[in-house]
Amino acid sequence: MSAIDTALLERHGLTRDEYDRIVAALHREPTLTELGIFSVVWSEHCSYKSSRIHLRKLPTTGARVLQGPGENAGAVDIGDGLAAVFKIESHNHPSFIEPYQGAATGVGGIIRDIFTMGARPIALMNSLRFGALDGRDGARTRRIVEGVVAGIAGYGNSIGIPTVGGEITFDDSYAANPLVNVFCLGIARADALVKGSAAGSGNPVYYVGAKTGRDGIHGATMASAEFDEKSSEKRPAVQVGDPFMEKLLLEACLELMRTDALIGVQDMGAAGLTCSTSEMGSRGGSGIEIDVSRVPQRETGMTAYEIMLSESQERMLLVVKKGREAEVEAIFEKWDLHAANIGDVMTDGILRVKDKGAVVAEIPNSALVDAAPVYDRPTARPAYLDRVATIDPAALGSGAPPDHTFAALLSSPTIASKRWVYRQYDHMVRTNTLVLAGMGAGVVRVKGTDRALAMSTDGSGRYTYLNPRRGAMLALAEAARNVACAGALPIGATNCLNFGNPERPEIMWQFVEAVEGLAEACRALDIPITGGNVSLYNETDGQAIYPTPIIGVVGVIDDASTTLSRTFKQRDDEIVVLGENLGELGGSEYLRTMHGLVQGQPPALDLAKERALISCLVRAAGERLLQSAHDCSDGGLAVTLAECAFDTGGIGLDIDVKGVGSLQQTLFGESASRAVVSIRPEHFGRVLTLAAELGVAAVKVGRTGGSRIRIAVDGVRTIDSSVEEAERVWTSALGRYFAGRAA
Amino acid sequence: MTLKPSVFDPQGQTITDALHSMGYGGVSDVRQGKYFELELQSGSPDQAKSLAAEVADKLLANPVIESYRIEVEQ
Amino acid sequence: MKFAVVVFPGSNCDHDAYHAAKHVLGQEAEFVWHKETSLGGADVVILPGGFSHGDYLRTGAIARFSPVMTSVTEFARAGGPVLGICNGFQILLEAGLLPGAMLRNRDLKFHCEHVRVRVEQANTPFTSGAAVGRILSLPIAHGEGNYFADPETIQLLESTGRIVFRYCDENGTPTDAANPNGAMNNIAGICNDARNVVGLMPHPERACERVLGSADGLVLFESAVSAVTAHGALHTATA
Repeated sequence: MSAIDTALLERHGLTRDEYDRIVAALHREPTLTELGIFSVVWSEHCSYKSSRIHLRKLPTTGARVLQGPGENAGAVDIGDGLAAVFKIESHNHPSFIEPYQGAATGVGGIIRDIFTMGARPIALMNSLRFGALDGRDGARTRRIVEGVVAGIAGYGNSIGIPTVGGEITFDDSYAANPLVNVFCLGIARADALVKGSAAGSGNPVYYVGAKTGRDGIHGATMASAEFDEKSSEKRPAVQVGDPFMEKLLLEACLELMRTDALIGVQDMGAAGLTCSTSEMGSRGGSGIEIDVSRVPQRETGMTAYEIMLSESQERMLLVVKKGREAEVEAIFEKWDLHAANIGDVMTDGILRVKDKGAVVAEIPNSALVDAAPVYDRPTARPAYLDRVATIDPAALGSGAPPDHTFAALLSSPTIASKRWVYRQYDHMVRTNTLVLAGMGAGVVRVKGTDRALAMSTDGSGRYTYLNPRRGAMLALAEAARNVACAGALPIGATNCLNFGNPERPEIMWQFVEAVEGLAEACRALDIPITGGNVSLYNETDGQAIYPTPIIGVVGVIDDASTTLSRTFKQRDDEIVVLGENLGELGGSEYLRTMHGLVQGQPPALDLAKERALISCLVRAAGERLLQSAHDCSDGGLAVTLAECAFDTGGIGLDIDVKGVGSLQQTLFGESASRAVVSIRPEHFGRVLTLAAELGVAAVKVGRTGGSRIRIAVDGVRTIDSSVEEAERVWTSALGRYFAGRAA
Repeated sequence: MTLKPSVFDPQGQTITDALHSMGYGGVSDVRQGKYFELELQSGSPDQAKSLAAEVADKLLANPVIESYRIEVEQ
Repeated sequence: MKFAVVVFPGSNCDHDAYHAAKHVLGQEAEFVWHKETSLGGADVVILPGGFSHGDYLRTGAIARFSPVMTSVTEFARAGGPVLGICNGFQILLEAGLLPGAMLRNRDLKFHCEHVRVRVEQANTPFTSGAAVGRILSLPIAHGEGNYFADPETIQLLESTGRIVFRYCDENGTPTDAANPNGAMNNIAGICNDARNVVGLMPHPERACERVLGSADGLVLFESAVSAVTAHGALHTATA
C-alpha cells in the first residue's frame, strides 16, 4: 500500500492530523476505499465534528418526545396513538451549483428521512434565502430562484406531498450562497416508529431503489467546503432526482412496515452506502458486511470506492428478519422495485466491504464513529459587532412619508406576497390542508382524529448577524408564535443552522452564541429540539452569509375546527394588538429597505412575555374567541395589519395606535412577542380578561370595516390606502422580476 | 420528434424570446422537441426503421400533437 | 353502489377520491391496482389525479397500457360511468376514450389555485345534479392542462354539446383572464359521444368539504350516485 500524499488527502477533505487518527484507529494504513469511507463519514456534513459539542447544549427531551436527535428524524406524541415525525434539512451548496436538481434532491432527501421512520409524509415546507433580485448579481439570482422553486415544485408535486408553507428572504448576503432548507412532517403510529439500526446476527441486508451510478461522489465533502473559482468544476457532483422512483419506494416501504418483517431501515443520503451501513451498524451495536458486486449498478466498471461513495438518489438500506426474504421481495416486486440482498448483519462491530468476495475495507465501528474527530474550535467575538451595535437616530432624519414607506415595504421582495412562488406548489393534494399557502402557518388535519397540526419555519439572518444569541432566540420565538397564531400549542422543534466557515473564530463564535441562545429559548418556551441539521462553510471567497438559524416548530390543535388564519373574516370586528410595541428599528426591514442599513440591536426578547402570549393565543383560539390572528414581524405593525386585510375581498380597517418614539418606530418597528387579532364584539371582553389573567398586554386599536387601510398614530392619520390598491402592490411585486408570460 | 406545426409551442417561443433578448435577432423561430436513441437488435436497416416506426406510433409519439422523423445508424 | 378508484404507480389523488366517495359521501369504495383485470363489480370508475409513471414521456402515455385499462375500456364501451380527474383525464385522452391531447400550461408553470368553471351540460352521469350555467369553485393543480384538439374535433365537441366544463369568470363568462392554462375555448372538461365518460382537469375530490375551501365538487359525486341508483347499473358487461 503506497503512502498517502498530501494532495490525495486534500482531495478527500482530510487533514494530516485526521489521517493520523485513521492510522491509529486501524493500527495500519487505510486502503483507498477505506480512505474514501473515512473521508465522507468524517466530513463536516456527516460527522458534525465542529458542532457536536455545542449541539449537546440543546434541550431534547420532554413529555411528548418519542424520538430525539440521533435517528433519521424526530417524533412527538400528538395523541390518539399517533406521532408527528418531522425534520428540517439543508441542501445549500448543490442548489447553487444546479438549482433545480439541488433543490429537488433536497426535497427527496428529507422525505426519505421521514418515511424511513415509518411515517407517511403529509406536509412539506421550505425556507429559502437568495441574493437581491436586482443589481449586479440580479440575473444570476433570478435564475437560481426560478430553478430552486421549479425543483421544489417538480419533486414535491410529483410525489404528491403538499407544500403547505414556508418563507423566503432576499438579501445580498446570500447572493453566492443561497440557502435551501426543506422541512417535512409525517404521521406514524406512536408504537410503530421504525429505527435505523441493524441487529440480529445473520439477518439479511437489502438494497432497494435506483441503481447506483457515479453521481455525487464526494458530495458530502463539497458540502463541507467553501466555493471558489474552481467550484464550477464540481458540476458532476449534483445528482438528478427521480420523484417517481421515490413514490414507489415510499409506498412499498410503508406497506412493508405494516408487516413485522423489518428490523431497521436507513435511507442512503449524503455519502450513500457508506454512511447508511456505518450508521446502521453502529446504532445497532453490531456490524455489517456487504459485497459491492451485489449492488445493482447503472454504469459499468464501477470500483468498490465508487460504489461506496456514490450518492445516487432514491435508495434505501433495509435489515430484514432472516426467513422473511421472500415476503419482502414480493412486496417490492409488486411496486416494480427490485430488492437486492447485498449482505448480512454481523456481531463483530465491523463494517466489512467485499468486492466479489475479496475484502476491500474492514473498519471497526468504533474507529469510524467513536474515534471521529470532535473539535472544540476556537471562538473570537467579531470586531464588526461594535460597529453595527447602535443606530444614530439623527442619521435617519424624519424619514419618507409613512404611506410611501408603507408602499415601499409592501413591494419589497422579502415582504411582498409569495404567491408567484407557492402557486407552483401543489398545496392541496391529500385533502388535509386547512390553511392554504400564504395564509399563515401551514395547517393540516390529521384524518381519523379531530386534530390538526400547525407548522412554521422561521429565522432572521440579519438579526442573528447583529446579535447571534438573540437572533437565534427570536427565530424560535417567531416560529412558535406563528404556530400559536394558528391556534396550535407548540410541542417540538427542528433546527437548521446555516453558518460560514467554522475554522474562522468569528464564525464559530456566532455559532456557539446562536446555539446557546436557541437552547435558552427552547427551555423557556418548553419546546424541545427533536433533531435537525447543521450546514457550515456557507461562504464564497472568504465572504460568509449572515449566520442564519432556521427553526421549524410543530404545534397541535386538539379541535381542528378551531384553526385560525391571518385574514379578517368580516367587518365590525374588534382589532386588538397583543404584546407591547417598544418601537425597535434595529435590524428591521424598514432600516434596510429605506436607509440601506443593517444596524442596531434586533428587537429585545422577553421569553416570559413570549410564553404568555403563546398561551393566550392558544387558549383564546381553543375557546373560539378569535376570528383571526397574525404575528407582527417583518415590516412591523403597519405591514401586519395590511396582511390581515389581504385575501379578504377588501375588508378594511380603521385603527389608531399610541405612538412610541417616531412615526417610523411606531408603524414599522419590529418589536417581538406581538400579534394582531380580530374578535367578534361579543367575545371582546373575554379576550381582554384572558390576556390580563396571563399578563399579556392587550390594547384595542380599532375595528374592521370599510374597504380602506386607515392607520392613525395618536389620532393623526398616517396611512390611508384602499385595500385593493395596497393588495395589488403586494401581490404584483415579486412576479414583475421574472420574465416570461405572467398568468 | 416535435410538436406538429399547427400546435403552439410555448417552450420554443420562450427560447426564441430569450435568444432575441440576447441579441440573436436572426433566429426567427425555435421548435423544441425530443430525441430518442433506440438500441435495437434487428436484421436490416429497413427492419429497424419499421420497428422504430411501430414503437414511435404506439408509445413514443402522441399522433394528435406530435410528428417524428427516423434515422438509422449501424 | 360502489366506486372503483384505479391506482397507477405514481397516482397521488387516489386517496383523496376514495376519501370523498367513502367518508364524505358514505358510499362503498375500493382501490383497484393497475395490474388487475377486474373492476370488482364497481358501478362508477374513477381515474384519479397524480403523476402516473412520473409523467415521464408524456402525461398518461404509459398508464394507458396498464392491464386494468382493458377492463376500463370495456366498462366504458358498455356505458359505465367513468370520471377522469386531472392525470386521469390525461390517461383517458392517451387511451383514446376521449379525443384531443394536453399541452403544457401556456406560461410553462404549474398552477395550484381555485378556479371557476361553468357547468355546460347537465346530461352526463356526473353533472345531472347541477343546473346548466352553475358556477363551481374547484381547485386545479397541474402543469399540463392546456387542452388541444384539431379544429374539426373542437367543432364536433362544441356542436354536439360535449364540452362539459369551461373555465369562466364570476359571471360565468369564459374570458381569457379566467383561463389558467391556455386551453382551447377555455375547455376544462369534456365527455365522449355516449356521454358516459367525462374527463376534467380541476379536482372535484378536493372540493367536497367546506373546511377545505369549497364543497362545490360534491355535486359530481352525488350525481353519479343518483345516476346509478336511479337507473340501476348502467353497464351490461360483467365487471
